[in-house]
Amino acid sequence: MVLFIEQLVNGLTVGAVYSLVALGYTMVYGVMRMINFAHGDFFMIGSYLGFTLISSAFLGRTIPLWVALTIMVLFSMGGVGAIGIIVERAAYRPLRKTSRLTAVVSAIGVSIFLQNAVMLIWGPRYRAYPSWSVPDVTWQVGGIYINLMQVLILSISIGLMVALYFFVQRTTVGAAIRATAIDHDTARLMGIDVDQIIRLIFLIGPALGAAAGVLLGLYYRQIHFTVGWTYGLKAFTAAIMGGIGNIPGAMAGGLLLGILEMLGAGYISSAWKDVFVFFILILLLIFRPTGLLGERIAEKV
Amino acid sequence: MRRKSERVGVKMLAETKEINPKNRLKTSFPKIKTYLSKWGLLFVIVLAIIFPIIADNYWVDVAVYWGIYVILGLSLNIIVGEVGLFNMGHSAFFAIGAYTTAILSGKFALSLWLLIPISGFIAGVAGYLLAKPIIHLRGDYLLMVTIGLNEIVRITLLNNPLGLTGGPNGIIMLDQFKIFGYTIQRPIDFYYLVWIFVAITVIILIRLQNSRIGRCWNFVREDEIAAAAMGIDTHWAKLVAFTLGASIAGAAGTIFAAKIMVISPESFTFMESVILFCIVILGGMGSIPGVILGSAGMMVLPELLRNFAQYRMLFFGLALVFMMIFRPQGLWPSKRWITILREGEET
Repeated sequence: MVLFIEQLVNGLTVGAVYSLVALGYTMVYGVMRMINFAHGDFFMIGSYLGFTLISSAFLGRTIPLWVALTIMVLFSMGGVGAIGIIVERAAYRPLRKTSRLTAVVSAIGVSIFLQNAVMLIWGPRYRAYPSWSVPDVTWQVGGIYINLMQVLILSISIGLMVALYFFVQRTTVGAAIRATAIDHDTARLMGIDVDQIIRLIFLIGPALGAAAGVLLGLYYRQIHFTVGWTYGLKAFTAAIMGGIGNIPGAMAGGLLLGILEMLGAGYISSAWKDVFVFFILILLLIFRPTGLLGERIAEKV
Repeated sequence: MRRKSERVGVKMLAETKEINPKNRLKTSFPKIKTYLSKWGLLFVIVLAIIFPIIADNYWVDVAVYWGIYVILGLSLNIIVGEVGLFNMGHSAFFAIGAYTTAILSGKFALSLWLLIPISGFIAGVAGYLLAKPIIHLRGDYLLMVTIGLNEIVRITLLNNPLGLTGGPNGIIMLDQFKIFGYTIQRPIDFYYLVWIFVAITVIILIRLQNSRIGRCWNFVREDEIAAAAMGIDTHWAKLVAFTLGASIAGAAGTIFAAKIMVISPESFTFMESVILFCIVILGGMGSIPGVILGSAGMMVLPELLRNFAQYRMLFFGLALVFMMIFRPQGLWPSKRWITILREGEET
């Protein structure tokens, strides 16, 4: 039972990160009907930017933890958001009118480019977040150990998700995003600048991915330029699980996938946990391609 | 432009019966002759035979790996190029072939010549079984699933099931190809072995392109619904392509195993699949000379520009983006595609 709850907590932690990345897939798909294959690399660049900042002299040990963390998350969100906008302008917009497969190949090109750019800038070896980044505080709650990092990940990512949910559901811009997701042409007739909305989507999606990158970097500490695809694929599984195009679905899908993965790791074998996740992806696409929650077409974003 | 050409393409394929048979051979169905004149072909063959005699071993080795990638690229070209199924896990089948060779040759000391068809068969069966449930998926979803399959195969090899695969260290090959007691070991021997297999594969594929199934494949790629309406069993056509592509990759795995001697999971990463995929896209979907050119770009060009070798993949990513924007049909598009485009412009 203790093992079960412990794996549940671990799963929620990892799952929250998957949710953040999955939101990027789902939002881009909702608005553009396109799977952004480079999304995992935005996540990876985010963790590298956070790493650079924390290991630089500027954010030494002197600054209190919460300030350092805020600066790190905001900095890499901003940086990766900017990269996202550039990528959209350079590689996706010229192909918006062509078949969806050319856009897919272009996205693969972007992904290869970003990975190798990171490799050339930061080197091909594994990098590690310094061990003092987050103090090693652990609480014992009813026989289960919970550490500070897990609490931080859960609170930051759930905070971001709630903020996104209210942004999309309650604001005028959010309404414009939802309208664009339903129909580009009609949205344009209603006076919505569709290009601007797509640019916004490519700012928000990668920025959320970057935040996830920083959090996961702090959690596992080791980062490598090739991890983008693995996490991208897992987050994509989460997005499919919640029904791609569905924002609350992506959040729930990420948490569910994280829990399933960690339970698989705890009860079966941790060496096979990735196989387990990819197996879920294949089964999902064969039997429930619209997701476990079902597709709510009118609400698609 | 693109959509128009696709429409015309369907029309053209549907009308082939009415075209005068003589013209038909010239315009729509590529033969070796349409790629190169008779003398040009002879020149290329002579050059290919002389090359390893005059070049030093290093460049012969480069040509050997180029040849292996040509075979792999051609096998993926059946799946991606001819039928338009986005498979980005092709190195899984290559790995299955190489591991089958290493395990069977180590445990039962089978001859490598015998292992080529056996590896091909096993990789083909694996391709059939893995593709059967997922083949109906749409382009981008299929891409994601095949990446997943690639990772599943690689992690399985890494985890050393039943003590067969040797985990991260892999297996060492002890046997080599032998002809009448002569062992194929030197780069130059491998060069001839590999390029003879390339020639055989090319001939098989040209024959396939001209066959009924080859035309079915292209029809399915251009318009799946129309193809189904014409009575083509699209599911079957796709499955045949996938199985065939997987088994050729598996057979190439045997040659690769004999050449590289140490078979470990790191030779079959997801990046290898990406490289193969790019070879097909860069060369031109469905184009045999395109694949040869594309794999030269991937394997030979970086050797020529050694100082820039670490930028290879960086430029490659950029090249993919630019290709899709400015030249989506590839460097050397297939003849059938050219005909379609030209007719599209006339109308």
